[in-house]
Amino acid sequence: MGYPHPTHPKETPVLSKHFGDAGARTFDGWVQRGGYAALRKALGMTPEAIIEEVKGSGLRGRGGAGFPTGLKWSFMPKGDGKPHYLVCNADESEPGTFKDREIMRWTPHQLIEGCAIAAYAIGAERCYIYIRGEFTEPLRVMTAAVAEAYAQGALGADVFGSGKRLDIVIHRGAGAYICGEETAMMNSIEGRRGNPRIKPPFPAQAGLFAMPTTINNVETLASVPHILNRGGAWYKGLCLSNPKSTGTKLISVCGHVQRPGNYEITMGTSMKELLFDMCGGMKPGRTLKAVIPGGSSVPIMTAAETETCLLDYEGVVACGSMLGSAGMIVMDDSTDMVYQIWRLARFYAHESCAQCTQCREGTAWTTKILERILAGKGKQSDLDLLLSLSENMTGKTICVLSDSCAAPIVSGIQKFRPEFDAYLSGARQPALAMA
Amino acid sequence: MSGTTHGHADAPHAPVFTGNVRARLEALFPQYPTKQACLLPALWMVQEERGWISEPAMAEVAEVLGLTPAYVKGVVTFYTMYHTHPVGRHFIQICTTSPCNLCGAEAVMAALLRETGCVELGATSPDGRFTVAEVECLGACGFATPIMINDDFIESVTPERVAGILQGYK
Repeated sequence: MGYPHPTHPKETPVLSKHFGDAGARTFDGWVQRGGYAALRKALGMTPEAIIEEVKGSGLRGRGGAGFPTGLKWSFMPKGDGKPHYLVCNADESEPGTFKDREIMRWTPHQLIEGCAIAAYAIGAERCYIYIRGEFTEPLRVMTAAVAEAYAQGALGADVFGSGKRLDIVIHRGAGAYICGEETAMMNSIEGRRGNPRIKPPFPAQAGLFAMPTTINNVETLASVPHILNRGGAWYKGLCLSNPKSTGTKLISVCGHVQRPGNYEITMGTSMKELLFDMCGGMKPGRTLKAVIPGGSSVPIMTAAETETCLLDYEGVVACGSMLGSAGMIVMDDSTDMVYQIWRLARFYAHESCAQCTQCREGTAWTTKILERILAGKGKQSDLDLLLSLSENMTGKTICVLSDSCAAPIVSGIQKFRPEFDAYLSGARQPALAMA
Repeated sequence: MSGTTHGHADAPHAPVFTGNVRARLEALFPQYPTKQACLLPALWMVQEERGWISEPAMAEVAEVLGLTPAYVKGVVTFYTMYHTHPVGRHFIQICTTSPCNLCGAEAVMAALLRETGCVELGATSPDGRFTVAEVECLGACGFATPIMINDDFIESVTPERVAGILQGYK
């Protein structure tokens, strides 16, 4: 079943099959729905065999980067005698993205089972689930589910009598977008400021507490039990377009659509079908103007670019943007693009950890310049200045927060230039008063 | 509906980590290979007990975890959810980031300020009942506009709903 809307016939509900079904939240309820069979199966396999199955499924990281999951797991050293850690990234903070929240609040055991399988595969006896501080309901549900999983023997010193140990610790964040970046997250768990770390060393060599570590997104881990149950080949077969993008993907849709919410699609489904069939299209009398398809950190697409776009990693790139976390921000013809781009820049300026100059200064100054334009005080040279700043914010910092701020600015100026010009020429009334 | 314990900036610091709270913190130690890793959970405990995190409380946390007060302050000030000054009995956070902005969050924010009597964002109402803060993405963009009051997460708030919602928080 879907949530908050019923499942659309064009969806492929795998992860979201039990969204909205409160009975799926308990251990027994999850077992009745086929839960924990994958973990039992995994415990009878070798870690190498699990990794091969996941590699064969084609599963790629669902947090935004799209890195092949099985390959990531295979980077963990073997027989090194050190403690290994699994970190589940539940710091979902990318504007437009709200899928991990639903996985945790409706199907906590789906995630716990995925964590347990992944931990066993990478030789970890402890998994930290890092949940953003604002997610109070997912935190409550996950905390109760973890306690229940211990009581039922799915976690602890002897998981289902296998002799394997697995502990899950839930770590609550405290309000910082940047902690969703994997190295910042490790620092945050260690009790530090959430500043990203320089790589190398990569987490698989020296990650959390300087030990070999794998960090996976909630949706990635929640997909793993299904792959174990039904086989990597089944998962690989869920593909409508490019064979490099397989499985199902939860797409969060928000903004100006009739039915916002999460939709689970088979990779390669068309964006048009999603927006106009599943989400019911725009509000009455409105037309589509723009979409930011991958969470706010990717280039803006025009309505024309969405026409032929297929929703998979390659399909969105071919249309000028990125699938990212698949949080789609939909804007209709009533939208002031300059105002929305300024609002996004302000988000990044607020969330910059401030350790890299290009990001600290770049996010702040692009925000101020956009504010000046919106106040009717912009100069003709401001657009070139914004593009030049954006150039210096791209590919030059420890993490990609600054690149993420530049992406909507650059694509916005390229694709919606007349709207900027209208503010610069005075043809449009100021939208902001200058402070 | 949890209300926070009201603290005063000039009250002498009574230790937080005694009795049950101390026991709860010590129960976390085996879950991490370092004591420092218990810093975020320890700060949450302080805020739950006192409503905010004062400098003497930071010094106490430092003492308990074997850190310096300056280090603890550096961490506290990095994260937006830790309060470094007292706030109203009910702390309200409203998301106005782009997706919610598109759906009218600014009008909800104006209604919150009007109905609570807070003169501006970050300020506490004269009766001490509310503080309203504008925050970045709460991660519920499909349920615009979400607000949080203390630990309660409320979805799909409109300006019209604001007065009724606030009645539940005395």
